Amino acid sequence: MTFLTLDSLTVRRGACPVVDQASLTIAEGECVGLIGPNGAGKTSLLRGALGLLPIEGQSSLADLPPRHRAAQAAWLPQKREIAWPMSVERVVALGRLPYLARGATLSAQDQSAVDAALHRMGLDGFRQRIATQLSGGEQARVLIARTLAQDTPLLLADEPIAGLDPAAQIATLDVFRSLAGEGRAVLTSLHDLSLAARYCTRLIVMHQGRVVADGPRDDILTKEMLADVFDLRAEVLDTAEGPIVQPLGVLHASTAPQTGAHG
Amino acid sequence: MLKTRAGDGAVKLFGALMVLTVAMFTASLFVGYAAISLPDGLAALFGSGDPLIVTVMQEIRLPRTLLAAMVGLSLGLAGAAMQGFLRNPLAEPGLIGVSGSAALGAVIALQTGFASAFLLALPVSALVFAAGAVGLILLLAGPRGSSLTLILTGIAVSAFAAALTSLALNLSPNPYAASEIVFWLMGSVADRAMTHVWLALPVMALGWLALITLGHGLDALTLGEDAAEALGVSLSSLRLQLLLGTAAAVGAATAVAGAVGFVGLVVPHILRRFAEGRPSTLLWASALGGAAMVLAADLAVRVILPDRDLKLGVVMALIGAPLFLHLIYKTRREIA
Repeated sequence: MTFLTLDSLTVRRGACPVVDQASLTIAEGECVGLIGPNGAGKTSLLRGALGLLPIEGQSSLADLPPRHRAAQAAWLPQKREIAWPMSVERVVALGRLPYLARGATLSAQDQSAVDAALHRMGLDGFRQRIATQLSGGEQARVLIARTLAQDTPLLLADEPIAGLDPAAQIATLDVFRSLAGEGRAVLTSLHDLSLAARYCTRLIVMHQGRVVADGPRDDILTKEMLADVFDLRAEVLDTAEGPIVQPLGVLHASTAPQTGAHG
Repeated sequence: MLKTRAGDGAVKLFGALMVLTVAMFTASLFVGYAAISLPDGLAALFGSGDPLIVTVMQEIRLPRTLLAAMVGLSLGLAGAAMQGFLRNPLAEPGLIGVSGSAALGAVIALQTGFASAFLLALPVSALVFAAGAVGLILLLAGPRGSSLTLILTGIAVSAFAAALTSLALNLSPNPYAASEIVFWLMGSVADRAMTHVWLALPVMALGWLALITLGHGLDALTLGEDAAEALGVSLSSLRLQLLLGTAAAVGAATAVAGAVGFVGLVVPHILRRFAEGRPSTLLWASALGGAAMVLAADLAVRVILPDRDLKLGVVMALIGAPLFLHLIYKTRREIA
């Protein structure tokens, strides 16, 4: 079953397309890594897919009415915001808002989704803590738990592991992979190429607004791609745990002004 | 395992605030220049007993008390909504320029003598200007404008209204007109009639309805604009509802009571901790708390200097500003 279909999705900032004719599908059971250098258009692609930006082309999610969309896809923005001093449990319970009637309190089903999300992110002991007083990494876990509480088929996450310690990074990606194993799907942008390679079933590479590669990791993570897209001299080491990408240096092939994005 | 049910603390808070508001409301009815006993006063409220006491209760005390409660409710509710929307504890309902514009409308009515044309000439003029301000803000900030555009437009409208208010004072025909304007601007619910209540109530009620139903969206906004929108909240309709609700509630409050500051800023700030940070709980908590606070301030006006016609807005600021400083002092470590 397909959870997301993008067809020639274009997002413009002014006249310049920051996402240029992107087409892709995300199906049940997939954990897809969206990789690319800074400014490649990863965030704009995710936001455009959700209909949070004006788009040209088609996105199956952006076409849905807002409440309906909220039941289909959860969104974890890059900017981690918790504006008010609420308890962790209350913040996570915000994920149930799309299912609540106006003024209604949490049902038993809502509460069990919240409990499951807290447990999954290892936050059982944090329930009553004030979320704004936690460390940045703990807040990030709370916000991930919030998206899990939304209990949607699809999760879109924008650099969910940035700023987390290594154990929390791996734990988070473990959760994403197990979500995929349960028949859901995850599309997440990542900067750590080795973790992306190990945890994602499929990688999508963006460069200058375009989707330049989409496929299984072994086809994607090549020295040539790393040089062309990331401007990196790197080794891809095959280990028993999967490939490890070791960046060794910066190539300067792309320091000249680029004109390709407008093509 | 110990689990808190959502709503447990909220019920307690609601109870406490209800008791406080009802107590203040009752005190406001029965404390005043003429000493009236509780049974006599109650009977008089329903039109029986000494006709003089009936007049005092029905035509002086009741409208004053009702207006104090309505104004406080409007300001507290609008303050909580504005803070929730902007995700900023320093926001207050006057930020969008509605109260400044309503005050300008009233001042122009006073300055030109239109205010004495008929009983409600002044509040009606203030309401028209408040509505004009909202129209202007919608026009300038646009229906999809960001919250920053909204704030900046509000500041510009406020500044312009303040300048025109000063101009009206500057050009006032005589010192009496000037002092009348100045005293009106200080804000008061004294010497109002039930007609003021009947003018303000329908407009305010529409505003209250628009604001109290924002709870869902404001809760979602705790996670930021992007996350809220992904949770199914339409930000553009939320913004419109907030703007119209605030304009109706605060515009009507300013029209009948003049400029009463600090309620919308301080009340949500005090109650946020008790509302456990939830914007939706804070909405109605601040509505009740605002009513209690303005009722209390209006009581203070009557009790402290009964012969000197102390103005409500002055007392409110005298209470509000130190309270605000105290809160900042207490929470400065969290803010830093």
